[in-house]
Amino acid sequence: MAVKMLGYFERSSVIHQLSGVTKLIIFLLWSTAAMLTYDTRILLVLLIFSFVIFKLSKVRLREISLVLALILFFLLLNNLAIYLFSPQEGVQIYGSSTELFTIYGRYNITAEQLFYHFNVTLKYIVVTPAALLFIITTHPSEFAASLNKIGVHYKISIAVSLALRYLPDIQRDFRTISQVQQARGVDFSKNEKLIKRLKNVSSIIMPLIFSSLDRIETISQAMELRSFGKHNKRTWYRAQPLTKTDWLTLVVSTLLFIIAIVITFYDGSRFYNPF
Amino acid sequence: MFKNLSIKTIVAIGIGSAVYFVLGRFVTIPTGVPNTNVDTAIAFLAFIAVLFGPIAGGLVGLIGHALKDALMFGSVWWSWVLVSLLVGFLIGLAAHRIKLEDGQFGKKELISFNLIQVVVQIIGWGLVAPILDILIYAEPSNKVFTQGLVAALLNIISVGVFTSILLFSYSKTQSSSSSLIKED
Repeated sequence: MAVKMLGYFERSSVIHQLSGVTKLIIFLLWSTAAMLTYDTRILLVLLIFSFVIFKLSKVRLREISLVLALILFFLLLNNLAIYLFSPQEGVQIYGSSTELFTIYGRYNITAEQLFYHFNVTLKYIVVTPAALLFIITTHPSEFAASLNKIGVHYKISIAVSLALRYLPDIQRDFRTISQVQQARGVDFSKNEKLIKRLKNVSSIIMPLIFSSLDRIETISQAMELRSFGKHNKRTWYRAQPLTKTDWLTLVVSTLLFIIAIVITFYDGSRFYNPF
Repeated sequence: MFKNLSIKTIVAIGIGSAVYFVLGRFVTIPTGVPNTNVDTAIAFLAFIAVLFGPIAGGLVGLIGHALKDALMFGSVWWSWVLVSLLVGFLIGLAAHRIKLEDGQFGKKELISFNLIQVVVQIIGWGLVAPILDILIYAEPSNKVFTQGLVAALLNIISVGVFTSILLFSYSKTQSSSSSLIKED
């Protein structure tokens, strides 16, 4: 398949050996912390940690370069949009205005605005490694087992694992349908007018969706025949018991999480104000 | 809450999330304005919500959107993922009484479905998403509200066109409950 996607890479590293439960909990704590805080100091510490765990995971940079490029592009667009819509956001947040120079009207460059953009960018960058590494280092089946272990009902966990299992199949279906329609002369490119293109696209999504409905029928009948859902609990083939390293990682990361939250909120503002 | 889910609903959540991902990743129609696309995944989400109900709709929104974000960008934009959950759930809740299995999807159902989706999506993308963006990410309010309104408009168009066609074609494949005539 021509389209590259993120996915699990088999490799032996400290991060790979951690249990899926540990990684899932850390991922959740990490994204919560990064979402809540705007404190530059905490974001910088998280950034350093990201580099460390990235190094530990032995994932190579070129394996994720495509995704990284996409993130950077997105970041750039977002920063531009923020500046265009609200060039005084930083001044409002930090309560002072240190003007560096003016471009036009209210579009001046202030130290506060630059600092705000720096924080937004940092926030984006810091969320990424946790999610990225979680996806790359956790086997899909183990992911479902981990979800169940942290309290998600097993029927929902199975749904998630079905989704991951059938992603490649449905992608292949999509590719086939799309190529068949193109061979019949249906054009999805910019050469067609918008209304016509909408119509052409529906010639892909109709067969794709209706064949998926058939798939749902088949799979649910197969599961029914095997008495899925008879018991209130189930065991998982890929579940890994927690080791000493897991417990240690969990305790340390929970402590760090609590410290981060306390530092963020103790002065009543999510922002660290150097001005 | 999840204990009594039927097997079919569970499978629909799983497969639905995968289809949502594929549509969201590959089948978007650029409008000509940079960075704004008509997204077909949202149309599928509304379809699943009508067919399988609010829980399936909500969870396909949650899992599908989170997967799409994670596998495309390596991080999850939670504020918008939560809105997908909300939109799927609410459309499912309001529109589940449309009985497609009886092969009935006429003018009346078409209008009531579209009223529901317009209201739900304006609340979701135009109101809840920007508020969450401000609360979580502290972004400028005029920026996120503009983004939200554009997204609401595009998604309403997408659902209005594609989901309506989907629902109509689906109802055609079901045999109508009143198609049998008693012979004398």
